[in-house]
Amino acid sequence: MVWVNDIIQGILLGGLYALFAAGLALVFGVMKLVNLAHGDFSILAAYLALAFVGLLHINPFYTLIIVIIIMAIFGYVIQRGLFNFAMDAGPMQAILATFGIAIIIQNLLLEGFTANSKGLDAGKIENAVITISKQIAIGWFPLTTLIVSVVVLVALQWFLGRTRTGRAFRATADNQRAAQLMGIDNRHLYGMAMAVALAIVAIGGVFIGIRTTFSPSAGPLRLIFAYEAVIIGGLGSLWGTLVGGIVLGIAQVLGDHIHQGYGILVGHLVFLAILAFRPQGLFARQVQ
Amino acid sequence: MAKQSKDHVKVERYTRTSRVALPVAAAIVIAAATIPAWGSSAIMKQSVTLLTLIGLAQMWNLLAGYAGLVSVGQQAFVGIGAYTLWVFADKFHLNPFASVIFAGIVAGLFAIPTAGLAFRLRGGYFAVGTWVIAEVFRLIVTQIKWLGGGSGFTIGSVNSVSRHARESITFWLALGVAVGSIVLVYFLLRSKRGLALTAIRDNDLGARGLGVNITRSKLWVYIIAAAGTGMVGSVIYLNLLRVQPEAGFSLQWSALMIFSVVIGGLGTIEGPIIGAVIFFILQQVLSDYGTWYLILIGALAAGVVVFAQRGLWGTLVRKKAVDLFPVRRRLCLETVCFTEETPRKSGEEPGRLPSEEPPAV
Repeated sequence: MVWVNDIIQGILLGGLYALFAAGLALVFGVMKLVNLAHGDFSILAAYLALAFVGLLHINPFYTLIIVIIIMAIFGYVIQRGLFNFAMDAGPMQAILATFGIAIIIQNLLLEGFTANSKGLDAGKIENAVITISKQIAIGWFPLTTLIVSVVVLVALQWFLGRTRTGRAFRATADNQRAAQLMGIDNRHLYGMAMAVALAIVAIGGVFIGIRTTFSPSAGPLRLIFAYEAVIIGGLGSLWGTLVGGIVLGIAQVLGDHIHQGYGILVGHLVFLAILAFRPQGLFARQVQ
Repeated sequence: MAKQSKDHVKVERYTRTSRVALPVAAAIVIAAATIPAWGSSAIMKQSVTLLTLIGLAQMWNLLAGYAGLVSVGQQAFVGIGAYTLWVFADKFHLNPFASVIFAGIVAGLFAIPTAGLAFRLRGGYFAVGTWVIAEVFRLIVTQIKWLGGGSGFTIGSVNSVSRHARESITFWLALGVAVGSIVLVYFLLRSKRGLALTAIRDNDLGARGLGVNITRSKLWVYIIAAAGTGMVGSVIYLNLLRVQPEAGFSLQWSALMIFSVVIGGLGTIEGPIIGAVIFFILQQVLSDYGTWYLILIGALAAGVVVFAQRGLWGTLVRKKAVDLFPVRRRLCLETVCFTEETPRKSGEEPGRLPSEEPPAV
């Protein structure tokens, strides 16, 4: 029964990773850009929430709205102000530009908030649990996280499938030049895609900030988890990111169960095993 | 006819500047080698920092600038180099300074399985993939007690020689890896394999059509760069002496090499040297202001990569054949030599020989 509990905890953790992975997958899908600053953007969101909590003395959940809006605007601006030009310069230049931004964000946060770990205090929900049996207990907060991530993915799918902008995203993902000939302004669209991605990442950043502590140097690991979830799930698959996140979450929880501190390593090894034996991911490339 | 064209068409592999630059560079290296005789301990330590940075940058440039492999996981080989040095010197009781060679060999060996996995990924995914593998190395090392676990170790065996001797030898080794990395890249690129690499960089499909095995070319570049990075890593830790997994496998190493190369000029030999010097100067000047130097350098690198893609060196020598380390082949017809960048005039037919134009000089 202990194992069942581990798997449940892993699934719940996977929901959180899916929130990071979805943004990464969206940006890659639409503009073929691997954003190395993705994890640092999530940390930035967590620090924003922290700043608003300190300023307004409210529950971090309420800061979500403002943090999402700020991150979305930030995403649009940085895409149009820098990344679009970087992508014009070439794919390698684009990766290197995002790497530069990652290092800048890490060190700005270090200067602004010191290297100490911080946390967001969401009150009672953090410790509330639903006890199912002696060994199985589901935390309200991790459950909320999973539900939110599923809702976000459903909303994203609806957005991509049913709205005009969403269809433009898919058209650009399929064939950028043809989409441009149909009158789609790709520079604006890329800005929109980054805005949506960072809005999702903002949710993930605030949620993980409530779940665990964070520090300015925590970004790269978030990027790696998101990336592993994307590769495990399969490139180009939206729901694959959720499955990838869940596989990664279960691997980490089970790893930690085997030996305290092995969790992250086991997660990496599962990722490398997938890369070695099924490089196309669990869900082969499919239409978003 | 054949004989005649032989006289008129030749491939120029040196430039006028390079004929001056090579002896000058040799003189600088010889002068620098005397530093231990007169320089203070601090000067030697700082020089090692700069020289190893040049070495790291050259290796990363070989990888990204010539083989198109953007890795953000080269810190794996810095860490492996440091640990190999310690294992061979302190555990196996070999000469610590000679162990630098083993650092290179072991790093090169580890590069083979790493490439096996990472080469399944493309572009940005390759970048993050190498990063994950570097993290795996760090986490595994942290778990192995024999390797010092999470707290790391201090290289003790070097204390068998006097402090001045240790610092001098470390300095010469650093000079060796810096010059060695430049010489290595220079001769590598001038060789047949280098020509294949340049072809891949410019047009991989075209290169394949001419019989270049792309994967194999990239693989051996990856292994060579890993071995070089491992050797540089071991020299870095001969200087620092204290190794911790967090620091040895830190992403910071990738930031150092990437920023140096990007600022100086990707895909040139001169660029990484200039970039490393700029990085080093900014680091020294801004050392009192915490990590602001990294923020500034990061911004500079992001700006350069987007708005001056050739970097400082490339922008400086654009359209001029002033290569200090010429690795290009230039076609010379009669007395006129052409660089790669020679712009084709509009309306000029592709098949027409440029020599039929009125002399441009």
